[in-house]
Amino acid sequence: MIPKRISSIRFEVLSPQEIRRMSVSKIITPETYDDDGFPIEAGLMDPKLGVIDPGLRCKTCGGKAGECPGHFGHIELAAPVIHVGYAKLISKLLSSTCRECGRVLLRESRKEEFISEIERRKSLGQEYEGVVKEVFRITKGIKKCPHCGADQFDIKFEKPTFIYEGEHRLTPKDVRERLERIPTDDLLVFGLDPKAVRPEWMVLTVLPVPPVTVRPSIILETGQRSEDDLTHKLVDIIRINQRFIENKEAGAPQLILEDLWELLQYHVTTYLDNEVSGIPPARHRSGRPLKTIAQRLKGKEGRFRGSLSGKRVNFSARTVISPDPNLSIMEVGVPITIAQELTVPIYVTPSNIEEAREYILRREHPKANYVIRNDGRRIRVLDLNAEEIAERLEPGWIVERQLKDGDIVLFNRQPSLHRMSIMAHYVKVLPYKTFRLNPAVCPPYNADFDGDEMNLHVPQSLEAQAEAKILMAIQEHILSPRFGGPIIGGIHDHISGLYLLTRGERKFNREEVIYLTRRLDIREIPEPKYKDDDLWTGKQIFSTILPEISLEYKAEICQGCEECKGENCEYDAYVIIKKGELLKGTIDEKSVGAFKGIIIDEIMRKYGPEETRKFIDNMTQLSIRAIMNTGFSFGISDEEIPEEAIQQIKEVLDGAEKKVDELIQQYREGNLEPMPGRSIEETLEMKIMQELGRARDKAGKIASKYLGMENSAVIMAVSGARGSMLNLTQMAACIGQQSVRGERIKRGYTYTNRTLSHFKPGELGSRARGFVRSSYKEGLKPIEFFFHSIGGREGLVDTAVRTSQSGYLQRRLINALQDLKVDYDGTVKEQTSNLIVQFKYGEDGVDPMKSFRGKAVDVRRIMREVLGEEFEEIEAKEK
Amino acid sequence: MSKIRLQDHILVPKHEVMSEEEVEKVLNILKINKEQLPKIKAEDPIAKEIGAKVGDIIRIERESPTSGKSTAYRLVV
Repeated sequence: MIPKRISSIRFEVLSPQEIRRMSVSKIITPETYDDDGFPIEAGLMDPKLGVIDPGLRCKTCGGKAGECPGHFGHIELAAPVIHVGYAKLISKLLSSTCRECGRVLLRESRKEEFISEIERRKSLGQEYEGVVKEVFRITKGIKKCPHCGADQFDIKFEKPTFIYEGEHRLTPKDVRERLERIPTDDLLVFGLDPKAVRPEWMVLTVLPVPPVTVRPSIILETGQRSEDDLTHKLVDIIRINQRFIENKEAGAPQLILEDLWELLQYHVTTYLDNEVSGIPPARHRSGRPLKTIAQRLKGKEGRFRGSLSGKRVNFSARTVISPDPNLSIMEVGVPITIAQELTVPIYVTPSNIEEAREYILRREHPKANYVIRNDGRRIRVLDLNAEEIAERLEPGWIVERQLKDGDIVLFNRQPSLHRMSIMAHYVKVLPYKTFRLNPAVCPPYNADFDGDEMNLHVPQSLEAQAEAKILMAIQEHILSPRFGGPIIGGIHDHISGLYLLTRGERKFNREEVIYLTRRLDIREIPEPKYKDDDLWTGKQIFSTILPEISLEYKAEICQGCEECKGENCEYDAYVIIKKGELLKGTIDEKSVGAFKGIIIDEIMRKYGPEETRKFIDNMTQLSIRAIMNTGFSFGISDEEIPEEAIQQIKEVLDGAEKKVDELIQQYREGNLEPMPGRSIEETLEMKIMQELGRARDKAGKIASKYLGMENSAVIMAVSGARGSMLNLTQMAACIGQQSVRGERIKRGYTYTNRTLSHFKPGELGSRARGFVRSSYKEGLKPIEFFFHSIGGREGLVDTAVRTSQSGYLQRRLINALQDLKVDYDGTVKEQTSNLIVQFKYGEDGVDPMKSFRGKAVDVRRIMREVLGEEFEEIEAKEK
Repeated sequence: MSKIRLQDHILVPKHEVMSEEEVEKVLNILKINKEQLPKIKAEDPIAKEIGAKVGDIIRIERESPTSGKSTAYRLVV
């Protein structure tokens, strides 16, 4: 079959003739099924409309349940009915054309002007909506027809489908008659294409009946058949239609006919759109509103956003994720149950037919699940028929083999906010039930292991696999396009581990060194630094995974002392790496962390993605083994501070509280000097917050002095692995001021001006407005606990709001930007119209993923590479 | 009151009408048609100031935070 290309699509209004022509059956009865249950009679369900029951065949297209696409039928409406969707347009047309002769209420010359303007815009590809709007606006006010001289009345439009002229109500029949009078030539001025529409078609005389496949019935557990909402609605329409015909023939009074007509209009309107404002939505017996045609198409879960732009797909999997530091960052651990269900197709050719046979004959993973013959028939491969199938195998068949080690798959975590949320991984089949990944690759996915689930997709064709391997490989995505720095790197324990390994001069004996380095991908281990004792240093061991690079910088642990002693820093915070040897300094977040990672950045720049991946793999292995060798833990006693420290902290906080009371006293007496540009109250609040903040920080410093560098929490905070000094302060010393919207807790009892009834009216003291003195370890007093929960709740709420807001913003940005593409000459063009948006991408043509921290050129680096030693002297002089 | 030129203001980049040959050269280098260029209305204050007519192409030179100087072109409609 030759695939055809769609050249164009045009939307038209369906004419009654067209509807009758395409229909295969005229629907008269509102009955669906007969007494026997499944025989369906000539009426609404399959007189040739289509099949849903497996086993039955359709009228002539002879298709079975899966094949027959269904066929349209039609209902002859006893009286014309207005189509809701066109109601507004109809009323506009009526107000713009003469009620007698039907011509548009403009002079010939003006009409020509408008038509030529519309044509002109169309040829330029511009919008002509504005012109049409203008036409309607002008003609609305005209009271006398320029062609036949008749007077016009005001047309008022009432939702949803009623049109009034003056005071008199227009029936759909009248509306249709008027629309019929509009000549074809005038249609262009309204922006209507005469080939596609005749205005009177917008008032329905025949209603097309969608095939059975569009509104299938379902069988409930009880065995009963439940009809689709659309079917219910159609039944209503047919019933009213019947009644209308009967009543008309029996000669019923006008009023009854009008009522029935209105009811018919209501049912047809509701059938097309059940959420029209102004009329009660049609409901099920249960009370739930029906889902009719418009609802099927609209918004997030409707046809467009929910079934076309995004669909559920085959060859996908989803489970909980768990960490595995022994995997490479480019691998993903796949549970064996999943690997046995997901398959990769092998298109059998003379050159791979033997390999394909092997898969079929295997009895255990990785074997073949299915085989697809030339004629398209799918055969399940079982122990019994395996040999037979292997014999009959010929080129042209497809063998579906199970997923095995080394296959390429796409791994993804939602929400997929940037391109790194989906990356290509190599499969490693493992036992148990979770997807496993190396923790270093968590930041781009924004994944943690508290129960997160992730998705896996298997590219089926060879092209897809190649694209994934090359374009979506993890290595290529180590640097983030957002800021040009690494986004894959060490986190948490990686950093603590390397910190513990490389600080000071830690010594390791031969056994320990072997343990630490056994899984590393390195060539050799250097001679021990302390030859006589056969001891290596931690820095030496780290150097084994460093490629040949040279760097000098201040580590994360740097205290920022005024006079930087550089090489001789007593905290070992100045890192010097020369030619792949770590000579001085400690490795921490700044060196190998996920967002800073100077070493990762340097290796990426100098040696490229593959080397960097190797380094990160090695770094992960080494750091975990290092921390396992040293041992690392955290317990409640790690937050204990000696009696004297507690005393000091108490003094500091007491002092602060007193100062706050003094400030309040000053304020009450009127002695407080307002700060420039602010009121006295604002000044007071600011000063109080300042004072209390300072107190908390001072308390924190006291505590950290007593905690020392051997404290686990301090190690993590200082090395950048997790947490900060603020966390320590809050755990050991004092939690501090709670705030809502940046201010101290104010709301409570409005009329008595206090936060809780425990306080006197008007109290502004630190305790009364949310200052928590206790530390987390001490435990909070009830009042403090209450205020803390207020502040904490604000945090949770604004996180929730933030995510939905940023989500919508992202959606809008994506919808606006998705058709833009960077062409081969660096120009940014819109894909379909080829309009130029930017003459050079970002005005400098630089891909931020490959740039140096966002800048186009890394001047320093070039100078260093070219000038070598000379440049270092120049740099030193600069300092 | 002395005439204030828009082009004198710091925030307005340099706008110039391009000659026929210049236009041809640029369209050739970019391999595009006139219609693919970004547009500017003939009633736009700066277009009026430099006397651009419908169908002309304006060259705009402005300073860019990413690349120093950058040139853009606009078709007058």
